Amino acid sequence: MKKIIHLTINELDHEIAVEPNKTLADLLRYDLKLTGTKKGCDTGDCGACTVIMNGDPVNSCLVLAVQTNGSRIETVEGLSTDEGIHPIQKAFVEKGAIQCGYCTPGMIMSTKSLLDKNPNPSEQEIREGISGNLCRCTGYTKIFEAIESLRS
Amino acid sequence: MKEFDIISTRANRIDTPDKATGRAVFVDDISRPGMLYGALLQSPHAHAKILSIDTSKAEKLKGVKAVITSKDAGSIKYGVSPARYDETVFAIDKVRYVGDEIAAVAAESLDIALAAVDLIKVEYEILPAVLTIEEAMKDGAPLLHEGSPKNLCAEVHQEFGNVEEGLKNSDIIITTKMKNKRQDGAFIEMQGCIAEFDNLGVLTLTSSTQVPHYVQRTVAMVLGMDIGKVRVIKPYVGAGFGIKASANPMELACCILARKTKKPVKMNYTRDQVFMLARARHQFSHTITTGAKKDGTLMAIKHECWLDGGAYTSFGIATVYYTGSLLGGPYKLDNMSYDGYRVYNNKPACGAQRGHGAVIARAAFEQQLDMIAEKIGMDPLELRIKNMMETGDTTCNDLNMSSFGMSECIEAVRKGSGWDQKKGKMPKGKGIGMACGFFVSGAGYPIYRSDTWHGTVIVKLTEDGGTALVYTASAEIGQGSDTAFAMIAAETLGIPLENVRLASGDTDMGVDLGAYSSRQTLMTGHATKDAAEHAKRQVLEVLAEQLKAPVENMDIRNGFVEFKGAAPDFSELRTRYIKEHRGWIDNPTSEKLSFKEASRIAFLERGSIVGTGKYKPHNLGGKFKGAAVGTSPAYGCSAQVAEVTVDMETGQVTIDKITDAHDCGKAINLTSVEGQMQGSVSMGIGEAMHEEVIFDKQGRVLNHDLAEYKIVTSMDMPKVEAIVVESDEPNGPYGAKEVGEGAIMPTIPAILNAVYDAAGVRLNELPLTPERVYNAIQEYKEKNKIK
Repeated sequence: MKKIIHLTINELDHEIAVEPNKTLADLLRYDLKLTGTKKGCDTGDCGACTVIMNGDPVNSCLVLAVQTNGSRIETVEGLSTDEGIHPIQKAFVEKGAIQCGYCTPGMIMSTKSLLDKNPNPSEQEIREGISGNLCRCTGYTKIFEAIESLRS
Repeated sequence: MKEFDIISTRANRIDTPDKATGRAVFVDDISRPGMLYGALLQSPHAHAKILSIDTSKAEKLKGVKAVITSKDAGSIKYGVSPARYDETVFAIDKVRYVGDEIAAVAAESLDIALAAVDLIKVEYEILPAVLTIEEAMKDGAPLLHEGSPKNLCAEVHQEFGNVEEGLKNSDIIITTKMKNKRQDGAFIEMQGCIAEFDNLGVLTLTSSTQVPHYVQRTVAMVLGMDIGKVRVIKPYVGAGFGIKASANPMELACCILARKTKKPVKMNYTRDQVFMLARARHQFSHTITTGAKKDGTLMAIKHECWLDGGAYTSFGIATVYYTGSLLGGPYKLDNMSYDGYRVYNNKPACGAQRGHGAVIARAAFEQQLDMIAEKIGMDPLELRIKNMMETGDTTCNDLNMSSFGMSECIEAVRKGSGWDQKKGKMPKGKGIGMACGFFVSGAGYPIYRSDTWHGTVIVKLTEDGGTALVYTASAEIGQGSDTAFAMIAAETLGIPLENVRLASGDTDMGVDLGAYSSRQTLMTGHATKDAAEHAKRQVLEVLAEQLKAPVENMDIRNGFVEFKGAAPDFSELRTRYIKEHRGWIDNPTSEKLSFKEASRIAFLERGSIVGTGKYKPHNLGGKFKGAAVGTSPAYGCSAQVAEVTVDMETGQVTIDKITDAHDCGKAINLTSVEGQMQGSVSMGIGEAMHEEVIFDKQGRVLNHDLAEYKIVTSMDMPKVEAIVVESDEPNGPYGAKEVGEGAIMPTIPAILNAVYDAAGVRLNELPLTPERVYNAIQEYKEKNKIK
């Protein structure tokens, strides 16, 4: 039996009927075609599916869609504005913090959550802020540099 | 060296704006109208005879469109190297590891496909399984493959020079053993694919692969199709590191399901299936004896290695050769012998992973260099400098170092790490260690024996003259190759980078052997340069005809035509261009003739300006058996210094800093080169510190997820200082060579040498778990009677 849920995704209101066992990651990717959010494990280990839910980063593969009823979700697709790409996205591009790019959307959402709460994070806080996001390509070094460049 | 306009800059990568915004399309982001979902039935047993397969219940399930087994897939064998084809799409008579493919289902949804898989009934006769080299080699052990007695998959015996003589003339002889653990690629994107046939019988396979070309050939061969009727498209790929460098059984099953159902079919591995397929780094067990003179001169290496291969050959035949051939350098050494053995057993097959075959041999040997240095009271860094090969030198197994900035790399890490101030002066528990390494810039020969071009590239100028389109079948999998080729094309044509558009990863665009053996920058780079030169030459030829000026007096740079001496009058050409350009408001006004004008005129005179380029290496290597493996047109090399802290009470090792210098020839994109260095270091740290695929007694992977299989996280990664050392490689495009794999070679031994410096213990087994290090420290304390 599907359940009707109401939620806001990237400031757009949605009313959707979802199966009770559908994850938020699958809802975003396969039903709403917001494929910027990636799946790297489906078990909450890699962080590639990170989105921001009511201000906090979550592994969207561990959140059931029905749990998001009434929530505010931000995904990587919601970051760019009419003025262009988001400063975090720009910093990742310019600092070479992206290689294969598969972890990038999740990494950027964790970064956004970190900087929203703490605009001037220390090195340790940056490391902790993205500790749930695995990257096998970059060795994180240029990701740290990108985030450091965004300190206010 | 020539001054460059685009090469050697830190240009932003052309693919990353899409990757940063979520627009970059990976295979699972694609869906097709009417698409079905596939799922695999894989063996739960490590070794068993298949007595019967009953698919009737699965076929009857509502929503199931096809169930296939070996009856549909046939018995054509495939693999990586044609001489070693030992796999079929589905198991025919028996299964050889937990995960061996037996059947596949296509259905209207993934849930239905998975339910149908559960309904397939297979009767097995369980066979005794062998899970280790020792079990597999025992007399009377069950055999995995007919024709491979003692489960020996491959053996290599080589000797260069005279090792016995070399050791006899040595003052110091050191023998050690070294063992790593089976690794997993742990790329973040799991393999996936979509197969579809059109109404004319043409198959398109979109797949998360590093090697569209090899996948195309394998699919065509297994399905009995012409290569020209199979198109493989690689969308953006979430990395591969070698594991995605051959066709996998899911891709083949997916194509067969698409053929049977006449519908597009999508399949994905789950994370545990990625571990089950494996094809990552082998477990190597090395015994190495190295001899040296009192003055530190290296005399001989005697090397034996056993590779725990798993159930199939995969890349293993290349691996077992690489393990031997990449050990001798980067040092001057006349005598080297190698006895390598790869053994089958009932675990998933191992294959190629970053630093193919050579990483653990290096970890053993570079520790021995430190041991020799200690014995003779020499700084280990000086010992390496003393023995270091120089540009133009050839190893005893015929690998020619046509450029070799190794000494510069050592000096760079000496300075960068403050080696001279730290070595021998650090407090107990703190240590510093170094190591060197080198790697091929592309395999000298294709995986299948052939005279094929290793890369072909097309550069087409758009009819308006403004933009150059670069088409290459090469594989951008995260390393930055698309950007490197766009930069090479722009540099060669003499136009700004933003005027180049590049498309890659599609077998319809040409031949390219793909992203493995660190080959693309040099090989595809050459083909790109060749194609761009061809296109540019055509434009200049037309210009020469039109202006009645000698072609050798013209060039294009920064988007404008440059003339040697006084520029001829080109006003007629400009007028002609402006007439062609009615309606636009950006008519050229510059004093110089623009590339755009020249290119448009060339199109008007000759039609589409298409430059074609190609590359294959010159004949490389010696004449001995296996001489091909390890040859390359060029070798990248690197030196690293690791600084560590060892907790003497708990055995916990913390890496404080890595200083890494790599000679990549001419760096096409400096930021990308550093990225490869830092990424290599992180994979090396993972292998050194915590990565290990663990099996239970039934041959099942126990830690088949990224929680229990521990790769480096942001909390573990030390500070890495990446120093790019440039040389001018004569065999590389604009002097460029590899960086993707050479940079991992010194990481593990540098850490091990630093651990010794800190704690006085030599570890001969990875990973460096606190338990292992603690035990070694206790043993050391007992032996030296330290309380």
